[in-house]
Amino acid sequence: MIRLYDYILSGSCYKVRLFLSILGQDYETVPVGFYPAKEHKKPEFLKLNPLGQLPVLQDGNLVLRDAQAILVYLASKYDQSGLWYPDEAAARGRVSMWLSFAGGELMTASAARLHDVLNYPFDVASLRKSARKAFVILDDHLAEQELLDWDWIAGPGPTIADIACFPYVALSNDGGIARDEYPAIERWLRRVMTLPGFIDMPGMLMPWRGESPEEQAV
Amino acid sequence: MSQKIPKEETQHMSKELDPASRDQWYVIESSEDLRTNKPRRTRLLGRPILGERSTSGTVTIREQSEDGKLLRELPAVERYGYVWTTLGSPEKPLFDMPEFEEDGRRLVICGVLTVRTSPGRIVENFLDLSHFPFVHTDILGAEPMTEVTPYKAKLDESSGELWVTDCGFYQPQAMAASSGAAEVDYRYRVPQPYSAVLYKSSPGKADAFDLIGIFPQPLEETVCDVHCFMLVYDDVSSHEGMLQWQQGIFLQDRIILENQRPARLPLNPRAELPSRADTSAIQYRRWLKNLGVQYGVA
Repeated sequence: MIRLYDYILSGSCYKVRLFLSILGQDYETVPVGFYPAKEHKKPEFLKLNPLGQLPVLQDGNLVLRDAQAILVYLASKYDQSGLWYPDEAAARGRVSMWLSFAGGELMTASAARLHDVLNYPFDVASLRKSARKAFVILDDHLAEQELLDWDWIAGPGPTIADIACFPYVALSNDGGIARDEYPAIERWLRRVMTLPGFIDMPGMLMPWRGESPEEQAV
Repeated sequence: MSQKIPKEETQHMSKELDPASRDQWYVIESSEDLRTNKPRRTRLLGRPILGERSTSGTVTIREQSEDGKLLRELPAVERYGYVWTTLGSPEKPLFDMPEFEEDGRRLVICGVLTVRTSPGRIVENFLDLSHFPFVHTDILGAEPMTEVTPYKAKLDESSGELWVTDCGFYQPQAMAASSGAAEVDYRYRVPQPYSAVLYKSSPGKADAFDLIGIFPQPLEETVCDVHCFMLVYDDVSSHEGMLQWQQGIFLQDRIILENQRPARLPLNPRAELPSRADTSAIQYRRWLKNLGVQYGVA
Protein backbone atom coordinates (compact mmCIF):
# COMPACT_ATOMS: atom_id res chain seq x y z
CA MET A 1 0.00 0.00 0.00
CA ILE A 2 1.15 3.52 -0.79
CA ARG A 3 2.05 5.33 2.41
CA LEU A 4 1.99 9.11 2.74
CA TYR A 5 3.76 10.83 5.61
CA ASP A 6 1.28 13.60 6.09
CA TYR A 7 0.36 16.77 7.94
CA ILE A 8 -3.24 17.90 7.59
CA LEU A 9 -2.48 21.62 7.29
CA SER A 10 0.36 21.21 4.78
CA GLY A 11 -0.53 22.38 1.29
CA SER A 12 2.33 20.28 -0.09
CA CYS A 13 0.93 17.12 1.52
CA TYR A 14 -2.48 18.12 0.22
CA LYS A 15 -1.11 18.17 -3.36
CA VAL A 16 -0.45 14.47 -2.98
CA ARG A 17 -3.76 13.68 -1.24
CA LEU A 18 -5.63 15.59 -3.94
CA PHE A 19 -3.92 13.75 -6.79
CA LEU A 20 -4.35 10.34 -5.14
CA SER A 21 -8.04 11.13 -4.74
CA ILE A 22 -8.36 12.16 -8.40
CA LEU A 23 -6.60 8.95 -9.45
CA GLY A 24 -8.88 6.95 -7.12
CA GLN A 25 -5.79 5.33 -5.65
CA ASP A 26 -5.90 3.77 -2.15
CA TYR A 27 -3.25 4.86 0.33
CA GLU A 28 -2.58 5.13 4.03
CA THR A 29 -1.37 8.18 5.90
CA VAL A 30 1.10 8.46 8.74
CA PRO A 31 0.40 11.76 10.54
CA VAL A 32 3.70 13.48 11.32
CA GLY A 33 3.79 16.02 14.16
CA PHE A 34 4.72 19.06 12.11
CA TYR A 35 3.19 21.45 14.63
CA PRO A 36 3.79 21.99 17.47
CA ALA A 37 6.08 18.94 17.93
CA LYS A 38 8.35 19.61 14.86
CA GLU A 39 8.78 15.85 14.41
CA HIS A 40 9.87 16.44 10.81
CA LYS A 41 13.11 17.92 12.16
CA LYS A 42 13.85 14.99 14.48
CA PRO A 43 16.34 12.17 13.77
CA GLU A 44 13.74 9.49 13.10
CA PHE A 45 12.09 11.49 10.33
CA LEU A 46 15.40 12.81 8.97
CA LYS A 47 16.25 9.20 8.12
CA LEU A 48 13.31 9.31 5.71
CA ASN A 49 14.03 12.78 4.40
CA PRO A 50 17.30 14.47 5.35
CA LEU A 51 15.81 17.80 4.22
CA GLY A 52 13.32 17.60 7.10
CA GLN A 53 10.33 18.38 4.90
CA LEU A 54 6.92 16.91 4.27
CA PRO A 55 5.51 15.13 2.33
CA VAL A 56 7.31 11.83 1.97
CA LEU A 57 5.81 9.01 -0.07
CA GLN A 58 6.68 5.38 0.36
CA ASP A 59 5.62 2.82 -2.24
CA GLY A 60 7.22 -0.59 -1.73
CA ASN A 61 10.93 0.05 -1.39
CA LEU A 62 10.75 3.44 -3.01
CA VAL A 63 10.95 6.49 -0.74
CA LEU A 64 10.34 9.88 -2.37
CA ARG A 65 10.45 13.40 -1.02
CA ASP A 66 9.28 16.64 -2.72
CA ALA A 67 5.61 17.02 -3.65
CA GLN A 68 6.41 17.70 -7.31
CA ALA A 69 8.60 14.58 -7.62
CA ILE A 70 5.87 12.54 -5.96
CA LEU A 71 3.27 13.83 -8.44
CA VAL A 72 5.53 12.87 -11.35
CA TYR A 73 5.95 9.39 -9.92
CA LEU A 74 2.26 8.83 -9.18
CA ALA A 75 1.19 10.03 -12.63
CA SER A 76 3.85 7.90 -14.34
CA LYS A 77 2.94 4.80 -12.40
CA TYR A 78 -0.80 4.99 -11.72
CA ASP A 79 -2.42 7.25 -14.32
CA GLN A 80 -3.77 4.90 -17.00
CA SER A 81 -4.83 7.82 -19.22
CA GLY A 82 -1.32 9.25 -19.57
CA LEU A 83 -2.85 12.72 -19.63
CA TRP A 84 -1.73 13.99 -16.24
CA TYR A 85 1.97 13.81 -17.16
CA PRO A 86 1.92 13.80 -20.95
CA ASP A 87 4.95 12.30 -22.70
CA GLU A 88 4.90 14.54 -25.77
CA ALA A 89 8.09 16.58 -25.55
CA ALA A 90 6.71 20.14 -25.57
CA ALA A 91 3.86 19.28 -23.21
CA ARG A 92 6.23 17.60 -20.79
CA GLY A 93 8.52 20.63 -20.93
CA ARG A 94 5.63 22.94 -20.09
CA VAL A 95 4.49 20.70 -17.22
CA SER A 96 8.01 20.60 -15.78
CA MET A 97 8.36 24.36 -16.06
CA TRP A 98 5.25 24.93 -13.94
CA LEU A 99 6.18 22.16 -11.50
CA SER A 100 9.34 24.14 -10.77
CA PHE A 101 7.26 27.29 -10.35
CA ALA A 102 5.03 25.45 -7.85
CA GLY A 103 8.02 24.28 -5.81
CA GLY A 104 9.82 27.61 -6.16
CA GLU A 105 8.17 31.02 -6.57
CA LEU A 106 4.77 29.93 -5.25
CA MET A 107 6.26 28.68 -1.99
CA THR A 108 6.49 32.31 -0.86
CA ALA A 109 2.69 32.14 -0.42
CA SER A 110 3.21 29.03 1.71
CA ALA A 111 5.75 30.82 3.88
CA ALA A 112 3.38 33.80 4.38
CA ARG A 113 0.78 31.30 5.58
CA LEU A 114 3.26 29.69 8.02
CA HIS A 115 3.89 33.15 9.40
CA ASP A 116 0.23 34.06 9.76
CA VAL A 117 -1.13 30.74 11.05
CA LEU A 118 1.74 29.16 12.98
CA ASN A 119 3.74 32.24 13.94
CA TYR A 120 6.88 31.43 11.96
CA PRO A 121 9.32 34.35 12.34
CA PHE A 122 9.40 35.40 8.69
CA ASP A 123 9.41 38.81 6.98
CA VAL A 124 5.80 38.49 5.91
CA ALA A 125 5.59 41.76 3.97
CA SER A 126 8.38 40.71 1.66
CA LEU A 127 6.92 37.21 1.31
CA ARG A 128 3.51 38.57 0.34
CA LYS A 129 5.15 40.88 -2.18
CA SER A 130 6.98 37.97 -3.80
CA ALA A 131 3.84 35.84 -3.76
CA ARG A 132 1.83 38.57 -5.46
CA LYS A 133 4.53 38.84 -8.11
CA ALA A 134 4.22 35.10 -8.74
CA PHE A 135 0.41 35.38 -8.82
CA VAL A 136 0.61 38.09 -11.50
CA ILE A 137 2.78 35.81 -13.62
CA LEU A 138 0.35 32.92 -13.19
CA ASP A 139 -2.70 35.11 -13.78
CA ASP A 140 -1.25 36.54 -17.02
CA HIS A 141 -0.31 33.07 -18.17
CA LEU A 142 -3.78 31.64 -17.48
CA ALA A 143 -5.41 34.56 -19.32
CA GLU A 144 -3.21 33.84 -22.35
CA GLN A 145 -4.09 30.16 -22.16
CA GLU A 146 -7.78 31.07 -22.22
CA LEU A 147 -7.21 32.99 -25.46
CA LEU A 148 -5.95 29.70 -26.93
CA ASP A 149 -9.04 27.99 -25.50
CA TRP A 150 -6.77 26.19 -23.08
CA ASP A 151 -8.34 26.00 -19.61
CA TRP A 152 -5.30 24.62 -17.83
CA ILE A 153 -1.77 25.65 -16.91
CA ALA A 154 0.19 23.45 -19.29
CA GLY A 155 -2.25 22.80 -22.11
CA PRO A 156 -5.81 21.97 -23.12
CA GLY A 157 -6.31 19.44 -20.31
CA PRO A 158 -5.44 19.28 -16.61
CA THR A 159 -1.97 18.01 -15.68
CA ILE A 160 0.02 17.57 -12.51
CA ALA A 161 1.18 21.18 -13.04
CA ASP A 162 -2.35 22.29 -12.10
CA ILE A 163 -2.32 20.04 -9.03
CA ALA A 164 1.09 21.35 -7.96
CA CYS A 165 0.21 25.03 -8.36
CA PHE A 166 -3.29 24.83 -6.88
CA PRO A 167 -2.92 24.49 -3.08
CA TYR A 168 -0.92 27.55 -2.08
CA VAL A 169 -2.85 29.78 -4.46
CA ALA A 170 -6.17 28.48 -3.11
CA LEU A 171 -4.92 28.90 0.49
CA SER A 172 -3.49 32.41 -0.04
CA ASN A 173 -6.10 34.04 2.24
CA ASP A 174 -4.62 32.08 5.16
CA GLY A 175 -1.43 34.07 4.60
CA GLY A 176 -3.16 37.43 4.19
CA ILE A 177 -3.07 37.49 0.39
CA ALA A 178 -6.42 38.37 -1.19
CA ARG A 179 -6.96 37.36 -4.80
CA ASP A 180 -9.32 40.08 -6.05
CA GLU A 181 -6.80 41.23 -8.63
CA TYR A 182 -6.33 37.86 -10.32
CA PRO A 183 -9.53 37.03 -12.24
CA ALA A 184 -7.98 34.36 -14.47
CA ILE A 185 -6.62 32.62 -11.37
CA GLU A 186 -10.10 32.67 -9.79
CA ARG A 187 -11.63 31.06 -12.89
CA TRP A 188 -8.90 28.43 -12.94
CA LEU A 189 -9.27 27.64 -9.21
CA ARG A 190 -12.94 27.02 -9.81
CA ARG A 191 -12.16 24.66 -12.67
CA VAL A 192 -9.73 22.68 -10.48
CA MET A 193 -12.32 22.50 -7.69
CA THR A 194 -14.84 20.89 -10.02
CA LEU A 195 -12.49 18.14 -11.27
CA PRO A 196 -13.88 14.64 -10.62
CA GLY A 197 -12.34 13.32 -7.39
CA PHE A 198 -11.52 16.81 -6.08
CA ILE A 199 -11.17 17.07 -2.30
CA ASP A 200 -10.57 20.30 -0.39
CA MET A 201 -8.51 21.02 2.69
CA PRO A 202 -9.07 23.12 5.81
CA GLY A 203 -8.72 26.82 5.13
CA MET A 204 -9.96 26.69 1.57
CA LEU A 205 -12.90 28.93 0.77
CA MET A 206 -15.34 27.35 -1.66
CA PRO A 207 -18.01 30.05 -1.93
CA TRP A 208 -20.17 28.07 -4.31
CA ARG A 209 -20.31 24.96 -2.11
CA GLY A 210 -23.90 23.82 -1.89
CA GLU A 211 -24.75 24.93 -5.43
CA SER A 212 -26.10 22.31 -7.79
CA PRO A 213 -23.65 20.68 -10.23
CA GLU A 214 -25.21 22.73 -13.07
CA GLU A 215 -24.53 25.96 -11.20
CA GLN A 216 -21.01 24.81 -10.32
CA ALA A 217 -20.25 24.18 -13.97
CA VAL A 218 -20.84 27.85 -14.84
CA MET B 1 -4.45 72.18 11.85
CA SER B 2 -3.81 68.99 13.72
CA GLN B 3 -2.99 65.84 11.84
CA LYS B 4 -5.86 63.52 11.28
CA ILE B 5 -5.47 60.21 13.09
CA PRO B 6 -7.43 57.22 11.79
CA LYS B 7 -10.37 56.33 14.02
CA GLU B 8 -9.09 52.82 14.72
CA GLU B 9 -5.88 54.26 16.12
CA THR B 10 -7.45 56.85 18.41
CA GLN B 11 -9.72 54.16 19.80
CA HIS B 12 -6.71 52.02 20.53
CA MET B 13 -4.65 54.80 22.08
CA SER B 14 -7.36 56.13 24.33
CA LYS B 15 -8.59 52.78 25.50
CA GLU B 16 -7.84 51.96 29.11
CA LEU B 17 -8.41 48.31 29.82
CA ASP B 18 -11.89 47.67 31.13
CA PRO B 19 -11.96 45.66 34.39
CA ALA B 20 -13.92 42.77 32.85
CA SER B 21 -11.20 42.14 30.27
CA ARG B 22 -8.30 42.99 32.55
CA ASP B 23 -9.40 40.73 35.43
CA GLN B 24 -9.72 37.51 33.42
CA TRP B 25 -7.18 34.72 33.40
CA TYR B 26 -5.35 34.23 30.12
CA VAL B 27 -3.13 31.45 28.81
CA ILE B 28 0.17 32.75 27.45
CA GLU B 29 1.85 29.42 26.65
CA SER B 30 1.52 25.68 27.21
CA SER B 31 3.50 24.34 30.16
CA GLU B 32 5.46 21.95 27.94
CA ASP B 33 6.52 24.75 25.59
CA LEU B 34 7.61 27.17 28.31
CA ARG B 35 10.96 25.58 29.02
CA THR B 36 14.02 26.75 30.90
CA ASN B 37 16.07 29.04 28.64
CA LYS B 38 13.18 29.26 26.20
CA PRO B 39 11.27 32.39 27.25
CA ARG B 40 7.97 33.31 25.67
CA ARG B 41 7.92 36.87 24.39
CA THR B 42 4.37 37.67 23.55
CA ARG B 43 1.59 40.20 24.06
CA LEU B 44 -1.54 40.24 26.14
CA LEU B 45 -4.31 42.81 25.63
CA GLY B 46 -1.86 45.00 23.75
CA ARG B 47 0.94 44.85 26.33
CA PRO B 48 4.32 43.14 25.88
CA ILE B 49 4.66 40.11 28.15
CA LEU B 50 7.68 37.98 29.01
CA GLY B 51 7.22 34.48 30.45
CA GLU B 52 10.23 32.57 31.76
CA ARG B 53 10.89 29.27 33.50
CA SER B 54 13.83 29.12 35.92
CA THR B 55 16.15 26.12 36.18
CA SER B 56 14.22 25.07 39.27
CA GLY B 57 11.00 25.08 37.23
CA THR B 58 9.35 28.20 38.65
CA VAL B 59 7.49 30.36 36.16
CA THR B 60 7.80 34.14 36.24
CA ILE B 61 5.65 36.39 34.09
CA ARG B 62 6.35 40.07 33.65
CA GLU B 63 4.73 42.94 31.86
CA GLN B 64 7.17 44.99 29.81
CA SER B 65 7.14 48.42 28.28
CA GLU B 66 7.13 48.69 24.48
CA ASP B 67 10.90 49.29 24.55
CA GLY B 68 11.53 46.15 26.62
CA LYS B 69 11.82 47.55 30.15
CA LEU B 70 10.45 45.26 32.84
CA LEU B 71 7.44 46.97 34.42
CA ARG B 72 5.95 44.58 36.94
CA GLU B 73 5.60 40.94 37.83
CA LEU B 74 2.24 39.34 37.07
CA PRO B 75 0.49 36.38 38.70
CA ALA B 76 1.55 33.02 37.24
CA VAL B 77 -0.54 29.87 37.56
CA GLU B 78 0.25 26.51 35.97
CA ARG B 79 -2.81 24.37 35.47
CA TYR B 80 -4.47 22.16 32.86
CA GLY B 81 -1.20 21.96 30.90
CA TYR B 82 -1.01 25.73 30.50
CA VAL B 83 0.62 28.80 31.98
CA TRP B 84 -1.95 31.42 32.97
CA THR B 85 -1.68 35.03 33.98
CA THR B 86 -3.79 38.16 34.38
CA LEU B 87 -3.20 41.88 34.07
CA GLY B 88 -5.66 42.66 36.86
CA SER B 89 -6.93 41.28 40.12
CA PRO B 90 -9.53 38.60 39.40
CA GLU B 91 -12.15 38.22 42.12
CA LYS B 92 -12.05 34.48 41.66
CA PRO B 93 -9.16 32.05 41.27
CA LEU B 94 -8.74 30.32 37.91
CA PHE B 95 -11.91 28.32 37.22
CA ASP B 96 -12.05 24.69 38.29
CA MET B 97 -12.23 21.88 35.73
CA PRO B 98 -12.72 18.75 37.85
CA GLU B 99 -12.60 16.58 34.70
CA PHE B 100 -8.82 16.96 34.74
CA GLU B 101 -8.78 14.75 37.87
CA GLU B 102 -10.72 11.92 36.24
CA ASP B 103 -8.89 8.67 35.53
CA GLY B 104 -8.51 7.38 32.00
CA ARG B 105 -8.63 10.70 30.17
CA ARG B 106 -5.97 11.80 27.71
CA LEU B 107 -4.90 15.42 27.44
CA VAL B 108 -3.96 16.67 23.98
CA ILE B 109 -2.48 20.16 23.76
CA CYS B 110 -3.23 21.22 20.20
CA GLY B 111 -0.69 24.03 19.72
CA VAL B 112 -1.16 27.78 19.27
CA LEU B 113 -2.81 29.03 16.11
CA THR B 114 -3.07 32.72 15.28
CA VAL B 115 -6.36 34.22 14.15
CA ARG B 116 -6.84 37.83 13.05
CA THR B 117 -10.06 38.58 14.84
CA SER B 118 -11.34 39.47 18.30
CA PRO B 119 -11.54 36.94 21.15
CA GLY B 120 -15.33 37.47 21.30
CA ARG B 121 -15.75 36.41 17.66
CA ILE B 122 -13.72 33.28 18.38
CA VAL B 123 -15.76 32.27 21.43
CA GLU B 124 -19.08 33.09 19.75
CA ASN B 125 -18.20 30.92 16.75
CA PHE B 126 -17.14 28.11 19.11
CA LEU B 127 -20.61 28.22 20.70
CA ASP B 128 -22.42 28.16 17.37
CA LEU B 129 -23.88 24.83 16.26
CA SER B 130 -25.45 26.10 13.07
CA HIS B 131 -22.17 26.46 11.15
CA PHE B 132 -21.20 22.78 11.47
CA PRO B 133 -22.72 21.44 8.23
CA PHE B 134 -21.40 24.32 6.15
CA VAL B 135 -17.94 24.93 7.59
CA HIS B 136 -17.07 21.45 8.88
CA THR B 137 -18.84 19.56 6.12
CA ASP B 138 -18.92 15.79 6.60
CA ILE B 139 -17.06 16.03 9.91
CA LEU B 140 -19.14 17.95 12.47
CA GLY B 141 -22.19 18.25 10.26
CA ALA B 142 -23.65 17.35 6.90
CA GLU B 143 -26.29 18.63 4.58
CA PRO B 144 -29.25 18.28 4.60
CA MET B 145 -29.24 17.65 8.38
CA THR B 146 -28.69 21.33 9.13
CA GLU B 147 -31.46 21.97 11.63
CA VAL B 148 -30.44 23.22 15.06
CA THR B 149 -32.90 21.80 17.56
CA PRO B 150 -33.90 24.11 20.41
CA TYR B 151 -31.34 24.42 23.18
CA LYS B 152 -30.83 26.62 26.23
CA ALA B 153 -28.32 29.42 26.81
CA LYS B 154 -28.33 30.87 30.27
CA LEU B 155 -26.20 32.77 32.75
CA ASP B 156 -25.76 30.72 35.92
CA GLU B 157 -26.24 33.34 38.63
CA SER B 158 -24.40 31.47 41.39
CA SER B 159 -21.21 30.82 39.43
CA GLY B 160 -21.40 33.82 37.10
CA GLU B 161 -20.75 31.49 34.14
CA LEU B 162 -22.59 31.20 30.85
CA TRP B 163 -23.87 27.71 30.02
CA VAL B 164 -25.33 26.45 26.76
CA THR B 165 -27.12 23.16 27.32
CA ASP B 166 -29.41 20.56 25.76
CA CYS B 167 -27.75 20.73 22.36
CA GLY B 168 -27.97 17.77 20.04
CA PHE B 169 -26.50 17.50 16.58
CA TYR B 170 -26.07 14.87 13.89
CA GLN B 171 -22.34 14.51 13.21
CA PRO B 172 -20.63 12.33 10.58
CA GLN B 173 -17.34 12.27 12.50
CA ALA B 174 -17.85 13.84 15.90
CA MET B 175 -14.37 13.06 17.25
CA ALA B 176 -11.11 11.61 15.94
CA ALA B 177 -12.09 8.23 17.42
CA SER B 178 -15.62 8.18 15.93
CA SER B 179 -16.23 5.16 13.75
CA GLY B 180 -19.31 6.56 12.08
CA ALA B 181 -22.05 9.16 12.17
CA ALA B 182 -23.88 9.70 15.43
CA GLU B 183 -26.36 11.95 17.18
CA VAL B 184 -24.12 13.81 19.59
CA ASP B 185 -25.03 15.60 22.80
CA TYR B 186 -23.33 18.91 23.43
CA ARG B 187 -23.06 21.45 26.15
CA TYR B 188 -20.83 24.46 26.51
CA ARG B 189 -19.36 26.17 29.51
CA VAL B 190 -18.06 29.74 29.32
CA PRO B 191 -16.44 30.25 32.74
CA GLN B 192 -15.20 33.74 31.81
CA PRO B 193 -15.86 35.80 28.68
CA TYR B 194 -12.76 34.73 26.77
CA SER B 195 -12.47 31.04 27.72
CA ALA B 196 -14.82 28.31 26.54
CA VAL B 197 -15.07 24.56 26.98
CA LEU B 198 -17.39 22.18 25.22
CA TYR B 199 -18.57 18.80 26.45
CA LYS B 200 -19.66 16.28 23.86
CA SER B 201 -20.64 12.60 23.98
CA SER B 202 -17.47 10.52 24.06
CA PRO B 203 -17.12 7.80 21.43
CA GLY B 204 -14.60 6.16 23.79
CA LYS B 205 -16.73 5.81 26.93
CA ALA B 206 -20.48 5.36 27.30
CA ASP B 207 -22.38 8.17 29.04
CA ALA B 208 -19.19 10.19 29.41
CA PHE B 209 -18.26 13.50 27.83
CA ASP B 210 -15.08 14.50 26.05
CA LEU B 211 -13.86 18.08 26.53
CA ILE B 212 -12.54 20.49 23.95
CA GLY B 213 -11.47 23.90 25.18
CA ILE B 214 -10.29 27.13 23.58
CA PHE B 215 -8.38 29.84 25.38
CA PRO B 216 -7.88 32.84 23.09
CA GLN B 217 -4.95 35.01 24.12
CA PRO B 218 -5.76 38.46 22.75
CA LEU B 219 -2.47 39.92 21.54
CA GLU B 220 -4.34 42.97 20.31
CA GLU B 221 -8.06 43.65 20.05
CA THR B 222 -8.38 41.83 16.75
CA VAL B 223 -5.41 39.42 16.81
CA CYS B 224 -5.44 36.32 18.99
CA ASP B 225 -3.19 33.38 19.63
CA VAL B 226 -5.68 30.61 20.29
CA HIS B 227 -4.66 27.82 22.67
CA CYS B 228 -6.72 24.69 22.31
CA PHE B 229 -6.86 21.39 24.21
CA MET B 230 -8.77 18.13 24.15
CA LEU B 231 -9.38 15.95 27.21
CA VAL B 232 -10.82 12.69 25.98
CA TYR B 233 -11.53 9.04 26.58
CA ASP B 234 -9.84 7.55 23.54
CA ASP B 235 -7.68 4.41 23.53
CA VAL B 236 -7.75 4.15 19.75
CA SER B 237 -6.42 7.31 18.13
CA SER B 238 -2.76 8.24 18.02
CA HIS B 239 -1.82 11.50 19.71
CA GLU B 240 -0.87 12.91 16.33
CA GLY B 241 -4.12 11.72 14.74
CA MET B 242 -6.19 13.55 17.38
CA LEU B 243 -4.06 16.65 17.15
CA GLN B 244 -4.32 16.93 13.38
CA TRP B 245 -8.05 16.22 13.43
CA GLN B 246 -8.53 19.20 15.75
CA GLN B 247 -6.12 21.47 13.85
CA GLY B 248 -8.01 20.73 10.65
CA ILE B 249 -11.30 21.77 12.25
CA PHE B 250 -9.63 24.87 13.58
CA LEU B 251 -8.33 26.03 10.19
CA GLN B 252 -11.81 25.61 8.73
CA ASP B 253 -13.06 28.04 11.38
CA ARG B 254 -10.13 30.40 11.00
CA ILE B 255 -10.84 31.36 7.40
CA ILE B 256 -14.49 32.07 8.25
CA LEU B 257 -13.57 34.07 11.36
CA GLU B 258 -11.07 36.23 9.52
CA ASN B 259 -13.72 37.18 6.99
CA GLN B 260 -16.28 38.37 9.55
CA ARG B 261 -16.81 42.15 9.68
CA PRO B 262 -16.42 44.02 11.86
CA ALA B 263 -13.60 42.03 13.44
CA ARG B 264 -14.63 43.37 16.85
CA LEU B 265 -17.70 41.66 18.25
CA PRO B 266 -20.68 44.01 17.96
CA LEU B 267 -22.55 44.19 21.26
CA ASN B 268 -25.22 46.66 20.23
CA PRO B 269 -28.18 44.41 19.43
CA ARG B 270 -29.09 46.61 16.47
CA ALA B 271 -25.58 46.59 15.00
CA GLU B 272 -25.62 43.11 13.55
CA LEU B 273 -28.56 40.81 14.00
CA PRO B 274 -27.42 37.23 13.62
CA SER B 275 -29.36 35.86 10.68
CA ARG B 276 -29.90 32.49 12.31
CA ALA B 277 -31.81 31.49 15.38
CA ASP B 278 -28.80 32.19 17.50
CA THR B 279 -29.71 31.99 21.16
CA SER B 280 -26.14 31.38 22.32
CA ALA B 281 -24.78 34.37 20.38
CA ILE B 282 -27.49 36.66 21.73
CA GLN B 283 -26.92 35.53 25.31
CA TYR B 284 -23.15 35.72 24.95
CA ARG B 285 -23.21 39.26 23.59
CA ARG B 286 -25.70 40.38 26.25
CA TRP B 287 -23.47 38.90 28.96
CA LEU B 288 -20.36 40.71 27.67
CA LYS B 289 -22.31 43.96 27.49
CA ASN B 290 -23.60 43.58 31.05
CA LEU B 291 -20.11 42.82 32.31
CA GLY B 292 -18.87 46.00 30.69
CA VAL B 293 -16.41 44.28 28.36
CA GLN B 294 -14.90 46.87 26.03
CA TYR B 295 -11.76 45.19 24.71
CA GLY B 296 -12.33 43.56 21.33
CA VAL B 297 -15.95 44.60 21.03
CA ALA B 298 -17.74 47.22 18.96
